[in-house]
Amino acid sequence: MDITTTYIGMKLRSPLVVSASHLGDSIEGLKKIEDCGGAAVVLHSLFEEQLRLEAYEIDHHLTHGTESYPEALSYFPEPQELLIGPEVYLEHISKAKKAVKMPIIASLNGSTVGGWTKYAKKMEEAGADAIELNIYNIPTDMGLPGSEIEKTYVEILASVKSAVKVPVAVKLSPYFSNMANMAKRLVDAGADGLVLFNRFYQPDIDLEQLEVVPNILLSTPMEMRLPLRWIAILYGRLNTSLAATSGIHSATDVIKMIMVGADVTMLCSVLMRYGVEQLVKIERDMIQWMQEHEYESVSQMKGSMSQKSCPDPSAFERAQYMRALATTKTL
Amino acid sequence: MSAKEYITIDGNEAVANVAYRCNEVMCIYPITPSSNMGEWCDQWSSEGIPNLWGTIPQVIEMQSEAGAAGAVHGSLQTGALTCTFTASQGLLLKIPNMFKIAGELTPTVFHISARTLATHALSIFGDHSDVMSARSTGFALISSASVQEAMDFALIAQASTLESRIPFLHFFDGFRTSHEVSKIEMVTEDVMRQMINEDFVIAHRMRAMNPEHPVLRGTAQNPDVFFQARERCNPFYQKCPEITQKVMDKFAAITGRQYKLFQYVGVPDAERIVILMGSGCETAHETVEYLTARGEKVGVLKVRLYRPFDVKKFCEALPPTIENITVLDRTKEAGSAGEPLYLDVVAALNEGLSNGWCSLKKMPKVICGRYGLSCKEFTPAMVKAVFDNLKLENPKNHFTVGITDDVTNTSLEYDSEFSTEADDVVRSVFYGLGSDGTVGANKNSIKIIGENTDLYAQGYFVYDSKKAGAVTISHLRFGPRSIRSTYLIDKANFVACHQPVFLERYDMLKQLVPGGTFLLNTPYSKDEIWDKLPRPVQQSLIEKKAKFYVIDAISVARATGMGSRINTIMQTCFFALSGVLPREKAITEIKKSIKKTYGRKGEDIVQKNIAAVEHTLAKLFEVQVPDKVTSTIELPPPFSAEAPEEIKSTLGVIYGNRGDELPVSAFSPDGTFPTATARYEKRNLALEIPVWDEKTCIQCGKCVVICPHAAIRMKVYASEHLKNAPPTFKSTDARAPEFKGLKYTLQVAPEDCTGCILCIEVCPARNKVEAKLKAINMQPQPPLRLQERENWKFFLDIPDYDRRKLKVTQLRQQQIMTPLFEFSGACAGCGETPYLKLMSQLFGDRVVAANATGCSSIYGGNLPTTPWSVNKDGRGPTWNNSLFEDSAEFGLGFRVSIDKQRDLAIQFCKKLANVLGDDLVTGIINADQRDESGIYEQRQRVAALKQKLASSQLPEAKMLFALADSLIRRSVWIIGGDGWAYDIGYGGLDHVLASGKDVNMIVLDTEVYSNTGGQMSKSTPRGAIARFAAGGKPMAKKDLGLMAMSYGNVYVASVAMGARDEHTLKAFIEAESYPGVSLIIAYSHCIAHGIDLDRGLGARQQKLAVDSGQWLLYRYDPRRVERGENPLQLDSPPPKIKLEEYLMTEIRFKMLTKTKPEEAKRLFYLAQKDVEARYRFYQYLAQRDFKTAMVQSTEQKASVETQL
Repeated sequence: MDITTTYIGMKLRSPLVVSASHLGDSIEGLKKIEDCGGAAVVLHSLFEEQLRLEAYEIDHHLTHGTESYPEALSYFPEPQELLIGPEVYLEHISKAKKAVKMPIIASLNGSTVGGWTKYAKKMEEAGADAIELNIYNIPTDMGLPGSEIEKTYVEILASVKSAVKVPVAVKLSPYFSNMANMAKRLVDAGADGLVLFNRFYQPDIDLEQLEVVPNILLSTPMEMRLPLRWIAILYGRLNTSLAATSGIHSATDVIKMIMVGADVTMLCSVLMRYGVEQLVKIERDMIQWMQEHEYESVSQMKGSMSQKSCPDPSAFERAQYMRALATTKTL
Repeated sequence: MSAKEYITIDGNEAVANVAYRCNEVMCIYPITPSSNMGEWCDQWSSEGIPNLWGTIPQVIEMQSEAGAAGAVHGSLQTGALTCTFTASQGLLLKIPNMFKIAGELTPTVFHISARTLATHALSIFGDHSDVMSARSTGFALISSASVQEAMDFALIAQASTLESRIPFLHFFDGFRTSHEVSKIEMVTEDVMRQMINEDFVIAHRMRAMNPEHPVLRGTAQNPDVFFQARERCNPFYQKCPEITQKVMDKFAAITGRQYKLFQYVGVPDAERIVILMGSGCETAHETVEYLTARGEKVGVLKVRLYRPFDVKKFCEALPPTIENITVLDRTKEAGSAGEPLYLDVVAALNEGLSNGWCSLKKMPKVICGRYGLSCKEFTPAMVKAVFDNLKLENPKNHFTVGITDDVTNTSLEYDSEFSTEADDVVRSVFYGLGSDGTVGANKNSIKIIGENTDLYAQGYFVYDSKKAGAVTISHLRFGPRSIRSTYLIDKANFVACHQPVFLERYDMLKQLVPGGTFLLNTPYSKDEIWDKLPRPVQQSLIEKKAKFYVIDAISVARATGMGSRINTIMQTCFFALSGVLPREKAITEIKKSIKKTYGRKGEDIVQKNIAAVEHTLAKLFEVQVPDKVTSTIELPPPFSAEAPEEIKSTLGVIYGNRGDELPVSAFSPDGTFPTATARYEKRNLALEIPVWDEKTCIQCGKCVVICPHAAIRMKVYASEHLKNAPPTFKSTDARAPEFKGLKYTLQVAPEDCTGCILCIEVCPARNKVEAKLKAINMQPQPPLRLQERENWKFFLDIPDYDRRKLKVTQLRQQQIMTPLFEFSGACAGCGETPYLKLMSQLFGDRVVAANATGCSSIYGGNLPTTPWSVNKDGRGPTWNNSLFEDSAEFGLGFRVSIDKQRDLAIQFCKKLANVLGDDLVTGIINADQRDESGIYEQRQRVAALKQKLASSQLPEAKMLFALADSLIRRSVWIIGGDGWAYDIGYGGLDHVLASGKDVNMIVLDTEVYSNTGGQMSKSTPRGAIARFAAGGKPMAKKDLGLMAMSYGNVYVASVAMGARDEHTLKAFIEAESYPGVSLIIAYSHCIAHGIDLDRGLGARQQKLAVDSGQWLLYRYDPRRVERGENPLQLDSPPPKIKLEEYLMTEIRFKMLTKTKPEEAKRLFYLAQKDVEARYRFYQYLAQRDFKTAMVQSTEQKASVETQL
C-alpha cells in the first residue's frame, strides 16, 4: 500500500501531518510524533506581536517601581541576556532538524510586513523545510473594505515569497466573500499550498461573573465539513497543494479529505485528546480501509470525490437547508 | 604608572568591584545602603566573572548579618579569602564575630557604607554611629571620603589586611558616597595584581584549619592567662599603620594617587584646622581651598586610618602653626565627654606633645562638634561657620552644625548664601517621579558625559520614603576638575521639572541662579503656559531673568509608545539646552546609550526610545518670559487645613519638604509622635477615582476590605443623618435584613485614593444594562475632587454604627467598622496593608503593635505621618518598631508587661475593694471580654473605677489609677514580613511560638525581601527569580505554618485575602480570640513579584496562587482538639489549574523562561510536584481522626487549659 503523498513540493510518508500546536514544542514530542508515523510537523506559530508584547512586558516590569525608593532601587537582578526575540523558536527549529527526519514546517504570524519577511527568513536560515503563514485578523473597523484585507493577505504572501526559497503555505480563514477567488489570488501570488481552515478560539460568556471568557475547545468531527467542501471545490482548479485541517479525528475523516482533494490532513485535537499514539491507529485504520476497499494508493484516492470528479458536483454548492431538503424531495 | 582608565560608577559598585576580584567568598545579608555591593557580587558570580585567581567567587546570602559574620569567620578560618558588606544594625550584629576574627588575627575586609544606628528613630541614611560602635573590635578602621577613594581604599585595605593580619573595616558614607555616581579613575585588575602580594595570600591559607596539620583555636581561658595572651597581638597592631602607609605609597607609585594615614590639606602655616573623616572631608577640602585662596590660614586634616590610631603619624601631619583645632564627628555619643574622634585627637595631642612628636610648641585649643547625622547636609557654609567659630575668643564647644538647636543651644549659625561652587561647573537639578524614569536617565547622562568628554561628572539622587507616587530629585554636576562637592546643589544653573504637578508643591526656582534655565514638562503650549503658572513661579522666573523652556513630554512619549516614561525625552531636552555636549554629538551618544541599555530587551524597545529622542526637539520651545506677574494661582498649603496647629507646624513642615528648617525644640525628646496623621497629607495621587453606583451595588464590602489605603469605606446609619447632606452625597437603603430601615453609603476619599483599582477588580456586581460597568467605576479625579472632598467630610461625620451590634464574621457587616490604619505611603495596590487595616478595624482600639523593620515599618512609621489612626474616642493602635530581627520578642515583652500590670491592677482592686465596692471589683476581675460588648462593658467599669480613684488620696489608688487601663483586654500584634519571620527573626519567632503567651503574629508574606529590593528569603518559592537567586530559587519554600503547627498549641492560619476575603476575616477573629500564640501567614502580592500592582491585579494573582495550589488556605485551631475535631481545617479545594498557568502571570517566574528556559522547565516541574505533594500531605493531616486521638491529645489540652 502506497500511502505517500506530496505536499508543497515535499514527499511525505503519509498524509498525516501534525498541525500547528504545542505538540511539537519539545524535541521529545517531535521524536514521539515521528515514531508514531507523523509525516511532518507544523510547529506552533511564532507571533510577532506576542514577541513585541513580551518585550514590552519584561521591560515594563524590570523598570516599574525602580529608581524611586532609596532602599529598593530595583526589584530584580538585571539579566545579562533575555530570550525575548525569536531565538528560542529558531533554536527549536535547528534542534528539531537535527533530532528528526520528517519535515519541519515553521508557522508564522507577523504583525508588520517587515516582520513577516524578517522572521520567515530567519526560519528558513534556522532550517525550516517550509513555512506556513498563519494570516488572520478579526476586522472590526467598519470603514475597512474586505478588498483591502484581501490585498494585505496577498501582499504579505508575496513579500515572504520574495524573501525565502523554501515552500510557503498559507493558512486561511473561511471568511472571505469569495473563497475561491481568494484562493486563486494567493496561488497566483506564489502560494505553494493552502491550509483550510484556521480555527479561531471563539469567546464565551460567563453568566455568573458576566465576563467574556476565552473558551478553548478542541475540534469536533463536524467541523471538517467546511474544509471538506472547499477542498472539493478547489481541487484540480488551482496549481497548489491543499491541506485539510479542523475536525479530522479518524481514518475515515482522513480518507474523506483525501478523496475531496487534500494532499495532507493536519491533525491536532484528536492527538491532544488521545495522545500522539493515535497517529498509529489512524494510519492503521486508513490502510485497512483502503485495503478493504481495494485502493492502491493515496494518490489514487486523491480528488476522487472532489467537485469535478464526484457524482453530484452541485452538492458542494448547496448552502441552505431548504435547498437541500427540496433536492431530497425531488429525489 | 598605569595608563589612566576612567569609569562612571557609584561608591557601592566601585567597592564591590575590588572586593569581588580580591576574594573568593562573600557572605552577605541585605541592608540599606550596603545591599548593592553584595548584589553586584552575586550578579558577577552568576555571570561567571572570575576573580584575580581565575575562580568564580561564591556569594552566599545568610539569614542575618550575624549569620553572615559567622560564615565569614568560618570561611576565613579554613583559608578562603573572604569579605562581607553591611551597614548600621547589620554591623552591630557582626560585632561579636568581629572580636573573634580580630582576636585570631585574620585578614579580611568588611566594607561598610556607614549608616545611622536606630535610636529614637530608624534612619537609612549615613553617619558614623555604626562604625564607631565597632571601633573596639580590634578591626582596623579605614575611611574613604569619595567614590574614588572608596575604590582605592577597598584595595589598600585588602593589601594591608593581608600583610598586617589585622582585619580591616573599610567605611564610606552611606548614600552620600555609596550612592553617588561619579567619574573616577578605575582601579584595574592589573593594579590589583600589583598590589596583592601572593605570599601573604599563601600565608593566610597556611594558617587555615586543616586536619592534615590540626590546631586548636577558640579556646576558653582563665584569669591566669587570658590577659597575657590578649596582649600578644600588640606587635601586629603596632606594625599595621606602617604597613598601611607602605601600601598607600605603593599604590601611589602605581596610580599616582598618594594617600596618607592622616592627610593634611591647607596652607602650611595654618592657624585653624578641622579634623574629620568621611565624605565631609571633601566639602572641607573644597572650602579650605576657597578660603586659603582668599588669604585665610586654615586647613583640614583628613583621617584615613582611624584604627589603629598612629599617634606619631597624626602629630607629624599637623602644621606647626596651629592654634585652634575643631574635631568634627559624624556621630553622637550621648553622655560622653566628647565624640570618639575628638577624644582620640585630644589624647593623641597630649601624648604627642609630651613625647615631642609634634612640631607644635604648645597644646592647641581643641574643640569638637557634631555634623551630618543621618546624611544631614554638610556644606561649605557650615565648614566656614566651623572655621569662624574657631576665630572667636570663646568658641562654642560640643557644638552642632547644620541644624538649629534651640533647646541646648549647641548649634552654630551659618550663612546659607556662602558658596564655593565654581562658575565653570554645570549644576543641574531635576524633579521627577520614580515612575517616569528620571533618575535612570540622569545616571545615563552622567555616563554619557563622563565617557565622552574630559569633564568630571557627579550625580546624587534624593528619593522618596513613600512608594506610591514617589518623587525623585536628581543633582548633577559636570566640571573640568574632580568634583569634591559632597552636598546637594542649591545654586543650579539648570532646573528641570518633569511633572507639572510639582509646580504647586516645590519651590524649584529657589535653587536657580539668575539667568539660569528652567525646563518644564507640561501639556500646555509655549503660548498657554504662562497663564497656568502659580504666581510665585512667575515671580521667580521674572526676578531671575530665567530662560524658560517647555516640552509636552507626555504626548511625545505616548506618540512613540513610551507610555509614562518620559526619561529619554527629558534627557534629550537637557542635552539640547545645557550645552554640555554639542547637540548632534549628544543625540548620537544618547542613541548609542539606548542601544546599549535596552539592546537585550529587544529591538522594539530600542526603537521606541530612539523614536522618542528623534521626536523631542521639534516639541521643545522657549517661552518668552513677560515682565509682569499676572497669575493669581497661589501654592496650596501642603497639609490639610484641618490638621491641628501643632501637627501643621511640625509634620506639615516636613511634608512641605522643609524639615531641615525645624529646630530641635520641634521634636519630642524620646521619639514620640501622635498617630492619625496620614489623613492630613492629601496627596491627590489618583488620576481617576472610583465612583459609586448605588443602584448596582450589592453592599458586599469586598471593595472596602481589599482597599490597601482605606480610601473607600461604607457606613450604615439612620436616615435622619442625611439632613444637611451635600447635594451630591449618595445614599441608598441598606440591603441586609439586620439593617432594615437604615441607609447605606459607600464613599471614596478622593484625595487619599491612589487609583490602584483593586476595588474595581474585586467588585462582583455588574450593571444590568451595561455589563462593563460595575458598582464602582473609575472616573477622572480633578472634576470630582471638590465635590467628593465635601462628601467625604460629611461621610466621616456620620456617626459610626454600634460595633456591638455587628455580626463580625460577615464581611458585609464587619466592613462597617472604622479602619484605624489609613492612607499609608505603601505602593498603590499594596498586598500587605489590607491585612493591617482589617486587624485595625476588628481590634484597633486595643491593639499594641510591635512591627519588625521592613516595608510595614516604613509605610507604618516613616515621617512625616503614620497611617495608624484613632477612632472618635481617640483610641487606636499604639505602635513601635524595635528592630528587624526582634519583633517577636519585642511583642512578647509587651504581653508579659501588660499581663503583669493587669495582675497588679487586680491585686490593687482586691486590696481597695472596700473603697471601690465589691460589685465593681468583682465585675472588673470576672469580666468576659471575648466580644465587643464585653470590652465595652469593661471600659465602662474601668471608667467608673478611675472616677472613684481620682478622688482618693490613698497611695494604692494612685498606682491603681496608672494601671487601670491594663484591665481592658489588650490585643498584642506582632507584625513583620517574611524576611523577619522566615529568616532573621525566625529564632525569636520560634521562641515566641513556644511561649504559649497570648500574642498574635502576622507575617505579611511577599515571599521576598521587598523593602530592600527583592532579595531571596526562605519564603521565596522554587523557580522564582530574586536577587541571590538570579537563576531561579532552586529550593522549595519553607513551610513556616507546618513548623508552627508542630507545637500543637499554636493557632496557625494561612490566608490570602484576594482569594477568599471571608476566610481571612474568620482567621483573624479566631486568631485574636485564641488565648495563646497565634500565627497568621498572609499572602501579600507585591511589586517585587513583577505584577501590575497599580492596575489592580493583586487580587487576581492571589486567587491564581490559591487556585493552583501554590498558596494553601488553612486554619489550625488547637481548641478543636478539645471537641474531638481535627485542629487543621484545609480550606483550599484541590488545585484547579496547573501551577504554570499561575507562574507565567508573574515576571518573577516568567523571566526565568526568558533567561534560562531549560532550568525554568525543570524548576516549574519540581514546583508542580511540590504543590501536589503538599496538598496531599495537608489533606492527610486534615483528615486524621481526632475523636479517637483525644486520649493522646490530653497533654495538649491541658496546656491550652492552663493558658485559659
